Amino acid sequence: VCFILGGLDCSISFVSHVLGKVCVHGRQREILGVLVPHLTDLTKSDCIWQRICWRLVECVPDRWMEAVVLGFVQGASGADVLSRLLGNLVVKNKKAQFVVTQKMLLLQYGHTTAVLQNLLGYLSLDSLRRSLLLRVLQELLETWSSSSAVKHSPVEQQLYISKAILICLSHLKETEIESCRQELLTSMMEGVKCHLDSSLPQLRRLGMVVAESISLKINTEGPVLKFEYEEDDETRELKSLLVRTPPFCVPSLPDKREKAHAALPLVPESNEKSHTAAPVMPDEELDAELDSDDDLTPYDMSEDKELKIKAPVYIRDCIEVLTGSRSEDVDKWEATVKALESLVRKNPAATREVEYVELAKILLHLEEKTCIEGFMELRQRAQVAVLSTDPIPVAKYLTSQFYSLNYSLRQRMDILDVLVLAAQELSCPKFHGKTKHSGAQKPCVQLLPGSDSSKDWRRIVDERIKSKTRRFDMGRSHVELVSRPNEFNSVAGHFFFPLIQHFDRPLTTFDLLGEDHLVLGRLVHTLAILMYLAVNTVAVTAMGKALLEFVWALRFHTDSYVRQGLLSCISSLLLSVPTERILADMAEELLETQSWLGDVMEKDPDGDCRRLALQNLLLMENLKKKLEAVP
Amino acid sequence: MALPPPDPQFVLRGTSAAVHTLHFSCGGPEPDIPLLFSGSENGFIHVWNLKTHRVDTALDGHGRKSVYCVETMGAKDRLLSQGRDQRICLWDLAEGRMSLTDSVFTEHVGFCRCSLLKVAQGRWLMAMAAGNLEEVQILELPSKMSVCTLKPEVGAKLGMPMCLKLWQLNCDSQPVLLAGYEDGSVVLWNVSMGKALSQLICHQEPVMSLDFDVEKAKGISGSSEKVLSIWSLNEQQNLQVYKTHELVNAGISDITIRADKKILATAGWDHRIRIFGWKKLKPLAVLDYHTATVHCVSFSDHSNPRERLLAAGSKDQRISVWSIYAET
Repeated sequence: VCFILGGLDCSISFVSHVLGKVCVHGRQREILGVLVPHLTDLTKSDCIWQRICWRLVECVPDRWMEAVVLGFVQGASGADVLSRLLGNLVVKNKKAQFVVTQKMLLLQYGHTTAVLQNLLGYLSLDSLRRSLLLRVLQELLETWSSSSAVKHSPVEQQLYISKAILICLSHLKETEIESCRQELLTSMMEGVKCHLDSSLPQLRRLGMVVAESISLKINTEGPVLKFEYEEDDETRELKSLLVRTPPFCVPSLPDKREKAHAALPLVPESNEKSHTAAPVMPDEELDAELDSDDDLTPYDMSEDKELKIKAPVYIRDCIEVLTGSRSEDVDKWEATVKALESLVRKNPAATREVEYVELAKILLHLEEKTCIEGFMELRQRAQVAVLSTDPIPVAKYLTSQFYSLNYSLRQRMDILDVLVLAAQELSCPKFHGKTKHSGAQKPCVQLLPGSDSSKDWRRIVDERIKSKTRRFDMGRSHVELVSRPNEFNSVAGHFFFPLIQHFDRPLTTFDLLGEDHLVLGRLVHTLAILMYLAVNTVAVTAMGKALLEFVWALRFHTDSYVRQGLLSCISSLLLSVPTERILADMAEELLETQSWLGDVMEKDPDGDCRRLALQNLLLMENLKKKLEAVP
Repeated sequence: MALPPPDPQFVLRGTSAAVHTLHFSCGGPEPDIPLLFSGSENGFIHVWNLKTHRVDTALDGHGRKSVYCVETMGAKDRLLSQGRDQRICLWDLAEGRMSLTDSVFTEHVGFCRCSLLKVAQGRWLMAMAAGNLEEVQILELPSKMSVCTLKPEVGAKLGMPMCLKLWQLNCDSQPVLLAGYEDGSVVLWNVSMGKALSQLICHQEPVMSLDFDVEKAKGISGSSEKVLSIWSLNEQQNLQVYKTHELVNAGISDITIRADKKILATAGWDHRIRIFGWKKLKPLAVLDYHTATVHCVSFSDHSNPRERLLAAGSKDQRISVWSIYAET
């Protein structure tokens, strides 16, 4: 089959064969790198060259089609270029259709956003291909809203699918959206549910962004879905995909709608007559009138200061204010909440007079009465202060409450946070008041005579720790500069063992192994941190053994957040328990663990889990080497 | 070396409820007893005898609902009071009577004090917040006929009117109303035409109280934030911000300028009364006596300047009476 080219008859099929063979051998980039730009130029205005190009790709044998199509999609510089080069190949050729609509979108996820744009733009540019676009969108949405996909597929793949969905949405016309509105709505509802159930914050955010975008598309009038989440680069990038319009294309409607939504908050509110005029400056120099105010001598106003409500000075008074039901004394209540932490810390010897457990109970149930800034933080710091001042009874109380009925998930997680912060403080007393997410270093260098050597020393130690320590999502713990008895030593067990005891006993409102896997994940991470902080304590070996059993029982959990926690438990264990004790008491279990880690490293779908498993294996190697080094 | 602020000259106790409003009536000639009227949260209006410092009469006309405005109409025999029972009551107190002569049912459920202006002998205009959320109604007293209703434009979200002041430049000119609203703006209304002449956004928070000096065409407003705003009215009847003054503690309940236009007093949520010079808003004194927020301040209308007093009513149920800057 041939056609006229400048008077010459020629057959393209040979060229197609060559192209196909080269591509399938992996040389796509080289050959297409040369071919595609040429073809792009040639086909820009010349119809004949377009048809030649189409013929070229159509004649590629099926077994090499995939490689060629992939190469073209990746190499084309824009959707319109791709359209010119491939024509309606996807409609005519089954293999090409499979590659474009199924393989590249659902089975692979390594392509860049630009490639996705090209691909989906290409599908949208021709009416014959648009039906494919709709089908693609449906399948993408099915995957997006399937709960098993959300739970088990890697985060990168989910990000890829979300991007594809957003780009599809940006290409759809009004009429098309109308026709599939119902399906969009159903998928959105299901998908949002699965995504919000996930323990990984990134997945939750992905779900929220995509759901918002779908809602925006299907609800052109009336309220749209709006979630609250922190914007970051990823979400901004995703949102920008929704707005982009392909060049030369009619559907600039979605774009306009975006702009209309953005313009609403800018409607000016002010009345024509109103004006916040700039103040007319009182021109004092030109005021020729005698200032008769001069005869009025002011009185002494030095006492006029900001009004401060005094907080109670004794802890017992604080307890009274916090439990009192008098609603008028809200000022006093506020002042008490703000002052509580410092009061507790100032009087550590008050254990005789005040029942700290009572105070802990009050704080655990304390609800925000008025709108104070930073209420959660104030409450948490007070709780940490209480716990560190009288650790054993309060820890007993808190750990028992963790497993009691009728607490909300948030309260249980708060208990875990408080335990961790207090443990940190006790094991490293310089840690006062450091919150969970602070990244700043606490300055305690001033204890050493301020010479440069102290800074170097610190840097060397930090680097050594960095190489051996993994970063948790809390601030860095640093080495003590001045030696002090480790206060965590006597209480580590009281923090740790009650938490690990009842995890497999479900209550009516709280089932760690069932629905509440978010709390399970937090519990596991907490145990990892407690283990890490228990280094050099007497109980560390017993803790290590218990932890190892715990990890072993849960090692196949489906939630990736939990698995990450389990792996960090192993890390803390390896770092904290002295090597001799590991070998003496836990050698066999560790060998089993090693094979499990190897499995995780190779097969776990979650990237973080694989990384952690690798780290653990390296730590184990280090241990072995250390042992061999000892004669 | 500045003197410490003076103590109150005397303190009136006995209202057994927070004091929300005060009004002096001391202008009468010698045999007349100087009186102070106070309205409290328990619905009583107390008439204090300033010679004996005791309550002469207690009027109960608002069904035990808080009284938040008292004014005399002309002489001390005619009293007007406004309460949270949504009524404005007119009293006849001549010759020891305590009779309620008339009442006006406003539908207002807020705290906006009404404002009175004498336009002719025996005829008064009263501005009050009406039942409809943003409106101000002007009534003529004693006939209780409605003169006009001042409605803001649709969409101008002013909120409730918070404080009102009716005034006229002189007896022949048109009455004008200054109203402070919930959104922090002050609006100047022309009463006869019923339309707004100028609007100025003075505060970010609701305007709690305002007062206006007719001669200097300058006014001052206070809000729940830390700023006092002084604004002026130019020839084109436009409001402009003149100056602002930042306070130490936020929250002003009441502002009043003394009749001689030399000083003004503010009642603060921080339990303090502040005195400023009116010309340049120079802080003059901080009177710290009360132990709870001060709700109202009022200057007396003594004809003898040396006897002038300042009274302040507070949530702590006391009325403090001060003699300050009386010599000038």
